[in-house]
Amino acid sequence: MGLLGTGILKGLGVTLRHFIDTYAEDLKYMLNKSGVQQPRPLRRQSPKVRGLVTVEYPKERLPLPENFRYVPFLVYDTEKQDDKCTSCGICAKVCPPQCIWIVRTEDPVTKRPIPQPKEFYIDTTICMNCGYCAEFCPFDAIKMDHDYELSYYPEQEPSARLVHDKARLTKPDTYHASIHPTDWQRELNERAAEEAKKKAAAEAKAKPAVAGKHSEGNSAAQ
Amino acid sequence: MSEEMTNPAAAAKPAAAAKPTPAKPAAQKAPPLATLTPELLQLQQHFGEAVIAPAPYVGVLVNDLGKLREVMTYVRDQLGYDMLANATAVDYIKEGYIEVVYHPQRSRGGEPLTLKVRVPRGDDPVAPAPVAVPSLVPVYAGAEFQEREIYDMFGVRFEGHPDLRRILTWEGFYGWPLRKDWHEPYYEGDTKPFDSRWPGGHHQLAEERVPWHDNVNYPPGFDPLNYQANPDAGLYDTMRSGVPGLDDGSASNGHAQVAGVGAAVSVLDRNSNLLVDEEELRTDQIIVNMGPQHPSTHGVLRMVVKLDGETVTDLKLVLGYLHRNHEKIGERNTWLHNIPYTDRLDYICGLANELGYVITVEKMMGIKPPERAEYLRVIMAELTRIESHFWAIGFLLNDLGAFYTPALYFITERDLILDLFEAVTGSRLMCNYMRFGGVSRDFTEDQIMRARELAFERIPRKIDELEQLLTDNEIIKARTVGVGYLPAERSINYSLTGPCLRAAGVPYDIRRADPYSIYDRFDFDIPVFYGADVYDRYRVRVAEMRQSVRIVQQALNQLDQTKPGDIQAGKKAYNHRVPAGQAYGRVETPKGELGFYLVSDGGQNPYRYHVRSSSFINLNSLKEMVVGHKVADAVVILGSLDIVLGEVDR
Repeated sequence: MGLLGTGILKGLGVTLRHFIDTYAEDLKYMLNKSGVQQPRPLRRQSPKVRGLVTVEYPKERLPLPENFRYVPFLVYDTEKQDDKCTSCGICAKVCPPQCIWIVRTEDPVTKRPIPQPKEFYIDTTICMNCGYCAEFCPFDAIKMDHDYELSYYPEQEPSARLVHDKARLTKPDTYHASIHPTDWQRELNERAAEEAKKKAAAEAKAKPAVAGKHSEGNSAAQ
Repeated sequence: MSEEMTNPAAAAKPAAAAKPTPAKPAAQKAPPLATLTPELLQLQQHFGEAVIAPAPYVGVLVNDLGKLREVMTYVRDQLGYDMLANATAVDYIKEGYIEVVYHPQRSRGGEPLTLKVRVPRGDDPVAPAPVAVPSLVPVYAGAEFQEREIYDMFGVRFEGHPDLRRILTWEGFYGWPLRKDWHEPYYEGDTKPFDSRWPGGHHQLAEERVPWHDNVNYPPGFDPLNYQANPDAGLYDTMRSGVPGLDDGSASNGHAQVAGVGAAVSVLDRNSNLLVDEEELRTDQIIVNMGPQHPSTHGVLRMVVKLDGETVTDLKLVLGYLHRNHEKIGERNTWLHNIPYTDRLDYICGLANELGYVITVEKMMGIKPPERAEYLRVIMAELTRIESHFWAIGFLLNDLGAFYTPALYFITERDLILDLFEAVTGSRLMCNYMRFGGVSRDFTEDQIMRARELAFERIPRKIDELEQLLTDNEIIKARTVGVGYLPAERSINYSLTGPCLRAAGVPYDIRRADPYSIYDRFDFDIPVFYGADVYDRYRVRVAEMRQSVRIVQQALNQLDQTKPGDIQAGKKAYNHRVPAGQAYGRVETPKGELGFYLVSDGGQNPYRYHVRSSSFINLNSLKEMVVGHKVADAVVILGSLDIVLGEVDR
């Protein structure tokens, strides 16, 4: 047990140490002459930090991890100049709060569906940021965003409001590549593998034909 | 099945039970014996016709309602199932009955028993079921809130219940929300996904889509303009009983003297003070409403306390301010949809909730996640336990009056853990990480390094610091030692689980008592203290954090023996179909036992989705802990239970 009050003193020692650490760390940071300095938000949020951990938002911002997810956006393929979305409806089915609304494009004559969304809405007042739509999309057409500041002024135009329509949702794949570099790399790899496979399949298809004909083989392979 | 369906009617009038008797032995003899445990067999031998085992279902059906209490007493005393883990009900609307399901368990471990009774559900969607079930409160005190919940949600009355009122909705609520024929406002369909979303999904707000007047069932003769709500009907009745001078006409509606929430109202008639009759020494008993918005109640909880001076003489809880009928939403959802919703139960430890749900569904589907996923699950669940206990201790100190200095120290550590969660899963609290048969993402090398840094360096150091700051502090000891005492037998009878039960000397932790996932591979202890008071609940939490650190360290060390990237069993799917059946699965969350009782009809959506919430059931025992203490201690005792209202109210 010990003397009455020692427990309190010991505790006060801990608070004193915290108090000193708060200043000591900033002092060390200011006196650091080496020139290689970590930005403050990064330094303050590492497991090595001893002093303050707070960051002065919105002046300072924490770097977001790549996996960070906020309301989804639609990826626009800048290479093919087309939406990646085929309006297959899987995202609308896996959405737990059912906040995704898709109107599929129909051929005006044959009434057959065209793989492209005519309208696409995400009601961000309902979206729970679970990330299922991005996870289960077979075309990598919908991704979770890093932009978490969605508030708007009432005088702003409706497209800034919380029910996002297709125009508001669509963002170029270069943006996707910039916020999700590893995911983008995976997509590129998969695409390359796919193309290699296709090419191999095409060649395999071509070869027996070549073998069968024997003559003018080289031109047939083209 | 057909004779099973007629049983409830027969059970309703035990004297006339002759009719279905000849049919029963056949149903009893057929296949079920193989699935019966020895305990159930013993039960059947002892009670004969009163308990049967209907073929397609797990567990035993108590056929004779009148014998339910006798059967349960036998189960408790002779078979040693001393704790009612879970009580809930299922509305089988096609078969025409409501099945009340009990899961008693042994405080020394093992799987719970399943016992059921059936009552006809009645044709009137508003009236309660015509037959009442005997209340089990005299046998298991922990049944009190659970039976009130069943009454509230299904309209099954419990005979002999001390205070049978609605608990999550308010008095005067129209209908029984978990019955299958009850529809919520903005009802769109029984099950998701809704057809209106695709392929012709023109967006429409729910409020515009469903016209208000078509969607609300007004009681017959209801006049909204002259209706005066009395949501507290019956609340003050039992608190007043025994107080002379109050049962006169003025208080006929039970709470005429209580002006409003938060009002302190004199309850005791001045003439009835028997101690002394000098003016200056008179003490009045008053009823004080603490909450629903009060910093000490950890959310929107309302404690109605009767005070004699500063001493609490009675306490009642008013719950449901955060009620959103999680279970109804769960029945609308597909199996997969429910995972992110479980995060929102106890939002301090979302990953532990996910684990509970996912392993229960895996049990029904009969799949097993790969090794690496198991390890990742354990790492996440144990880190969740650490951050939840940091939070609990910080806010316990808040309740003691040490405003925010200790809490913020611990929130710092918690935030570092949440940073890791965010990097791995994408979100700090609503992680949505577990999947059926795996997890959604693997740890990268960086993330493993970060987890190692936390588990091997930072957190152990900070737990030491926490102990230095608090454990020997004389003021904390003076405020907490001996406060909120609830002995082991009472704790068990109240179905108290989690750190509070272990602080009463009962080494009951589901990770050991009924192991799940891969907890049997790790070397860790179940810390137990014997004080059964607030101080020991604090110490158990600190000791548990140290054990969780041990588990995380071992799991991280063993993680390199598994194959990176191998985190999902089978192919990733979104349209799971779970085989018809039912299961009760549970995990040890930082708050206690979190159970999921799931019933599947073989479709894409759960037929019944029940959450056995530890915070909710732990609150049963609050009254017994608090009565006799000062009102300031009531706040501390509530803090020591560490409830989260998201899970209490569901």
